[in-house]
Amino acid sequence: MKFGVVQFPGSNCDDDACFAIRSVLAQPAEFIWHQSEDVSGFDAIILPGGFAFGDYLRTGAIARFSPVMRAVTRFAKSGGLVLGICNGFQILLEAGLLPGAMLRNKRLRFLCRQVHVRIENTDTPFTRAARPGQILKMPIAHMEGNYFCDPATLAESERNKQIVFRYVHPDGRPAGPDDFDANPNGALAGIAGISNRERNVVGLMPHPERAVELALNSVDGLVIFRSIVESLSQQPAPRTAAERVPA
Amino acid sequence: MLQTEIKVTPQLAAEHGLTPDEYARIRKILGRDPNFTELGVFSVMWSEHCSYKSSRAHLKRLPTRGARVVQGPGENAGVVDIGDDLVAVFKIESHNHPSFVEPFQGAATGVGGILRDIFTMGARPIAVLDSLRFGPIEKGAGADGATPEEIARNRRIVDGVVRGIGFYGNCFGVPTVAGEVMFEPCYANNPLVNALALGIARKKDLFFARARGVGNPVIYAGAKTGRDGIHGASLLASAEFSEESQQKRPNVQVGDPFMEKLLLEACLEAMQTGAVAAIQDMGAAGLASSSSEMASRGGLGIEMDLDRVPQRETNMTPYEMMLSESQERMLLVAERGREREVFDVFHKWGLDAVEVGRVTDDGILRLRHQGRVAAEIPAHALAEEGPRYERPIAAAPPAESQGPLVEFAADGIDLTENFRRLLASPAIASKEWITEQYDSMVRTNTQSGPGAGDAAVLRLKETKRALAIKTDGNGRWCFLAPRLGAMHAVVEAARNVACTGARPIAATNCLNFGNPEKPEVMWQFTEAIDGIAEACRVLETPITGGNVSFYNETLGKPIYPTPILGVLGVLEDAECALGSGFRNEGDLIVMLDASAAVSRTEAAREFGSSEYAKTIYGIVAGAPPALDLAAEKRLIDCLVMLASERAILSAHDVSDGGVAVTLAECCFDGIGDDGTFFSAEANIDFDDGPAECAVFGERGGRVIVSVSPSSLARVTAIAAQYGLQTRQVGRVTRGAFRIQLKGIPAIHGAVHSFREIWAGSLGKALAGV
Repeated sequence: MKFGVVQFPGSNCDDDACFAIRSVLAQPAEFIWHQSEDVSGFDAIILPGGFAFGDYLRTGAIARFSPVMRAVTRFAKSGGLVLGICNGFQILLEAGLLPGAMLRNKRLRFLCRQVHVRIENTDTPFTRAARPGQILKMPIAHMEGNYFCDPATLAESERNKQIVFRYVHPDGRPAGPDDFDANPNGALAGIAGISNRERNVVGLMPHPERAVELALNSVDGLVIFRSIVESLSQQPAPRTAAERVPA
Repeated sequence: MLQTEIKVTPQLAAEHGLTPDEYARIRKILGRDPNFTELGVFSVMWSEHCSYKSSRAHLKRLPTRGARVVQGPGENAGVVDIGDDLVAVFKIESHNHPSFVEPFQGAATGVGGILRDIFTMGARPIAVLDSLRFGPIEKGAGADGATPEEIARNRRIVDGVVRGIGFYGNCFGVPTVAGEVMFEPCYANNPLVNALALGIARKKDLFFARARGVGNPVIYAGAKTGRDGIHGASLLASAEFSEESQQKRPNVQVGDPFMEKLLLEACLEAMQTGAVAAIQDMGAAGLASSSSEMASRGGLGIEMDLDRVPQRETNMTPYEMMLSESQERMLLVAERGREREVFDVFHKWGLDAVEVGRVTDDGILRLRHQGRVAAEIPAHALAEEGPRYERPIAAAPPAESQGPLVEFAADGIDLTENFRRLLASPAIASKEWITEQYDSMVRTNTQSGPGAGDAAVLRLKETKRALAIKTDGNGRWCFLAPRLGAMHAVVEAARNVACTGARPIAATNCLNFGNPEKPEVMWQFTEAIDGIAEACRVLETPITGGNVSFYNETLGKPIYPTPILGVLGVLEDAECALGSGFRNEGDLIVMLDASAAVSRTEAAREFGSSEYAKTIYGIVAGAPPALDLAAEKRLIDCLVMLASERAILSAHDVSDGGVAVTLAECCFDGIGDDGTFFSAEANIDFDDGPAECAVFGERGGRVIVSVSPSSLARVTAIAAQYGLQTRQVGRVTRGAFRIQLKGIPAIHGAVHSFREIWAGSLGKALAGV
């Protein structure tokens, strides 16, 4: 089993994703350079957070044209697991691998804070180790996290159970449309993360790789990485020591 | 006519900010009149900003040595040993004037500049801190009659600066983890933006800006050179503001954090090849300073062909190229024959890297342009032989300090309403509106970020250690008594670091002052230096670098003298790090007290300088609280011991707003996942001063800790070993927030109502900008 973490110029959470996989999950991970068109040998690919190509135009708008994205698209079409985190999610949207688009946060400011998301679908390779309805505390850090799509796409996503993560209050209450405490960027229907129809591609705005150790104040992101490991190995991935400590 | 042909006259030299004496020295050094390019290069290198001509004589008094100091002042940043073969590289720098002229880009490039100083030395930046000072953002007793227009403008400056800092750090990928913000009328026309960056390197991987190897190629890397920022260092940073200052906007540089991120990765990768002999970023005075300083430090010369410099605009003259402060550029000396390895790395990252010259043995900075020599100047004269001034000094304690002191409310009066006003004041209110616009977590080292503790704590993935770091500085106190106020800046930063359980090991300082040509400003400066020197000596935190920012005045009115201290500490066991928030209901609240007993009169004088006196009564008078440096050192040592023994559960020092605000913050910071938070029940029975003094006084040397009841005896015993008093203040509850004075109620209310005021007021004041 080998994870690949794509490095675009301007990616800045690539090291963090790699560290989480290698040091916390004890799984092999390697970087994939943005100009590479070869992703053979990888079992799961992560598009990390950051500001690919500076994001001066529209987030992800330039990165999607990188040579590596042709390979990632082929990989996804053949059923490979692809996880986009923050900027990685934005790139997947631009590349058309996930439905919808990202707008600026409703209050037009960059926001970095802990949020709570509820797992809406545990029948994905990225959430299978989670309890249905499990609430995860993870941080966000972005300017464009206000998910948007047209009503037809939203209806279809709901119907297909493609909405994987939704912003909620700490106690699980759903976030209203202008409920900035719980849904700080104003995302449509509180959508924090979605999958494609086939569920092998998932993007989310919160950073699970920043919530994998007690030293970082949350270990809730681990369940996502463990789910990937379980999916790839077809056997339960053991919880890490940190996860066993009661919150 | 080409600019190079412009005739240099004494008058032109004066327009470049050079005095007649300085111009005469230039002619003597060259043995002839300088040409226009040479004049420009001299003027920036000999500016106050680059040459430290007014401050150098005094900076020598700062302690700079210590067992852990690997590199003191004089390089791009200070370096200290943090064990396990690792070093911490850190420095603070100002970007005040650009941030007033163009808040967003000024602040952004301030962050960019200090980050380059860190990675130039081979270290990867792991944190940024910002120390900010603005004019008042709301009406009130402390706003000194600022008009609505002035307040609106101050808010826009705050907004621009905060956005600029976020824009740069967030994209670059360094967490902004701590800092402080204060609001005083004196900063309305001269805000302060001081940025501190911290990086980590293996000791053997450090790089220095010292040219070596005659014949080695000089390589220019990074962004292209444009006409932006010309004379930033000389005209913008080394002169007072006048009504025409807005015209200086073209002197402000424009930042590109994406480019800087690429430059960081390329530089660190190029350094790993072993083909880089020396490297220096192009910051203030751009190509002029990087080339002459590298040559001078190596005792060599550098020759450059300016036609090869990558240019963003056409027809740039040598003068413009040498003085441009375009951002995100580096100058390297490579090992001869290994240039290709360097080029390959930069090209991989999509960056320009061009051989523009070579190292020579004649000590001359020689510039060629279009087939002829455009300048020939001894490099050492530029970098090291700038003028040094012993400016006149005149003690002139400002009249305001003799102003009226607080007339205390009668004892027994309810202080809850004043407490609310204090919690809402911008200086004390939660800074979350600002800090959540910064990515404080990228790189996954931030164990304790904004609002979580008295200092930021960053774990080191390579070891079990962590670093703690904090900036502090109280301009109001330095205005009332520069020496004592400056000592407080050192002590408070060090105490904050120790409250996390880390041992303070080194410091960096940013000295923000008015016009040094005024004897009373120079007096403030020398007093502050002496205060910093004394405090750093006692606390064993040598100064490893920093920056002096003079000419912080507009229309002849200087800012408060504002030395900002950044103190770095090491936690031997990251798991022992302490936050400031309470942890469990039923824990005991204890004060560790290292403050000296003062008389009632003295207490009243000290109280005149407090945040409370300013916010409630509009008074800025008296003196900063007295300090006992030896006791502060014992307090710091005691905190380190208590944390490593895991004897206490939280620690928060008593500062702005006194015991009352400190207790409230301990409650607010301890908020749990379930959205509920703690409260406190306290009785102050150990202070004989007036009620307001006892509740809101800011005497130093005091720390509020929380302790499980079973640990109290151990804590008391350890504190006694360090000669400290432990005073039982109360306990952590889930009920009402209540403070009594010798059993008489002083403050009482629901903790969530207090928290709402504290958490929301800054956002309310700034939401509309």
